[in-house]
Amino acid sequence: MTTTTTTAAAARPMIAGRALIWIGFAALLVILPLLFRSSLALTMLSQMGYLVIICLSYNMLLGQGGMLSFGHAVYTGMGAFIAVHAMNLATKGAIPVPLVVIPLVGGVAGMFFAALLGYVTTKKSGTTFAMITLGIGELVAAMSLMFPSFFGGEGGVTTNRTYGQPFFGLTFGSQLQVYYLIATYCFVSTGLMYAFTGTPLGRMLNAVRDNPERVEFVGYNTQWVRYISFVIAGFFAGIGGALAGINFEIVNASDSLSAVRSGGYLLFTFLGGATFFFGPIIGAVLLVFASVMLSELTKAWLLYLGLAFLLMVMFAPGGIASLIMMNLRVAKFGKLKSLLGVYVTLLLASAVLFVGIAAVIEMVYHLQLNDSLGATVHFLGLSFDAKSPMSWMLAAAVTAVGALLFTLARRLFAHRWSDVQSEIEAMLAQEAAR
Amino acid sequence: MSFAVELKNVRKSFGKTEIIRGAELAVTAGERIAIIGPNGAGKSTLFNLISGRFGLTSGEIHLNGQRIDGLPPYEISRRGLARSFQVSNIFGRLSVFENLRCGVLWSLGYKYTFWKFLAGLDDANQRASDLLHMIKLDRKRDTLAMNLTYAEQRALEIGITIAGGANVVLLDEPTAGMSKSETSRFIELIREVTVGKTLLTVEHDMGVVFGLADKIAVLVYGEVIAFDTPDAVRANARVQEAYLGSVLADAQAAEAGH
Repeated sequence: MTTTTTTAAAARPMIAGRALIWIGFAALLVILPLLFRSSLALTMLSQMGYLVIICLSYNMLLGQGGMLSFGHAVYTGMGAFIAVHAMNLATKGAIPVPLVVIPLVGGVAGMFFAALLGYVTTKKSGTTFAMITLGIGELVAAMSLMFPSFFGGEGGVTTNRTYGQPFFGLTFGSQLQVYYLIATYCFVSTGLMYAFTGTPLGRMLNAVRDNPERVEFVGYNTQWVRYISFVIAGFFAGIGGALAGINFEIVNASDSLSAVRSGGYLLFTFLGGATFFFGPIIGAVLLVFASVMLSELTKAWLLYLGLAFLLMVMFAPGGIASLIMMNLRVAKFGKLKSLLGVYVTLLLASAVLFVGIAAVIEMVYHLQLNDSLGATVHFLGLSFDAKSPMSWMLAAAVTAVGALLFTLARRLFAHRWSDVQSEIEAMLAQEAAR
Repeated sequence: MSFAVELKNVRKSFGKTEIIRGAELAVTAGERIAIIGPNGAGKSTLFNLISGRFGLTSGEIHLNGQRIDGLPPYEISRRGLARSFQVSNIFGRLSVFENLRCGVLWSLGYKYTFWKFLAGLDDANQRASDLLHMIKLDRKRDTLAMNLTYAEQRALEIGITIAGGANVVLLDEPTAGMSKSETSRFIELIREVTVGKTLLTVEHDMGVVFGLADKIAVLVYGEVIAFDTPDAVRANARVQEAYLGSVLADAQAAEAGH
């Protein structure tokens, strides 16, 4: 499921492999809620389902088209609003739209707004594109306060998804039924977006990302390539937004249309990996884990998230997906075993460093925000006194030792890694010479 | 009659500096033209004007009788003019085959299609494979363009340029930065892939110029001071005075040495 396509000669086993991946993906979507039966798990799975669609649609812009958008929430949010209004109208009997096609209504809405606003944004690329999307995002967010009848003001717009006749016995009252609705759309949308990467427009979008100037000299108008792709991305963003609306039965402009939301899509698409098609899927899963579970664990979760993002940009700009693919490549040449030692070393050193830094962060947060609850910090099953100098000295010492160990381990790892890479290059060169 | 490429009193200024000062050129279809001239004469600028990268300040450019000045590059490309770049201008994160296929798609009418798979476009894939063979990069089919050697990137640059089947081809210093042996092989390649096309090339290597071109245009300070067969240009007193003298002697010496 990478963006690079295969050659016709090697296609047959690849096709079989791909079919297997897709069957596996479908099976996973079906089985997951049966494995994790708690209501928390089901809530998280539902969120992951539509976030996968949204992050993938975002990556059509970022990874495939080189368009750094700061306003993707506009299209998910508008999709959600139109979807919720359509549901309310259908409840009143004004329009005969069953719930199962509401996501498509959201998709068309997202597409409409992408066609409208994207015409301006996609005129430019690069930094200018990014700035215009930021501006339009702010514009739409500000406008939402001016039209309370449509956006519902502070409280947002509520709806009820259990309207109308049951669809083949499904009322969508239970979360499980909603999950399967989301999962179905997730699977189909993912398939369609993957298919897009194999079409002439999809490939020219990559070409526009790599070298917009040259694209103009092979007959393509780069603006049109960007614009059409932007509209298609808006369609899937709208589907994702509508599913979110169905899931929560409420949309709120200050949340759904906000720049923070747009930033979240960007951040997690990047963390997951923008250079591979499946990267944003990982990103979407992480997004849910971070916002649901990490926020339970610690108040400083956004800080940790920022740190993770920073480290990823610095050390692995291809995101988690690229880390996976790099290690798969090493494994393919049978070299993963020789890296095991340095991996464990790196992991242990990182753990020490992390404990040290986390202790400092938690104590600072505790002193600043929870002072009234006493001086004791509970973190990772440990309790310590944030006001005693001992704790601070200990935390500082652990951080220092961790930093030292990490630096050493990182060097060791980098050394071993580059050795392995040159061994692989040598093997490839040998093969090519034959 | 209409020419393949015709420049009428073309002028281009950057700020107050006039780089192209009333260039005139009329190229018959099927001719191979080399454009030579000292550094800063405006050779690359002229190519940028013809291919639509820059707009003209005044004058007219015609392609096969149609006026093309003022059109964006993609419109000019669709009318059958392709160009290469002095610094390789390729799609770095796509494979060699994908690079060529990107060059092919528009000319085969696929435009902005997103309802068909590339894998099923037999004509585009066949054409891209043929090109791959023509530029002798068969073995590098799946290599990312950014991982090619310099000479291979130059070949790919030519491949993308001719991919759309344009009948007028502009090559901007195709052999720049190549070694002697690479250059001669490359000239053979250019000769093969541009059979039957109108070719304009900017070139510094005089051996290449006299070997490849039917006619030579000499550009000095933004003006075409001579446009004739190689022999006539050699004999042209104004050319010798302005530019060629020493270079020409070198070239003749080199030829005598063969």
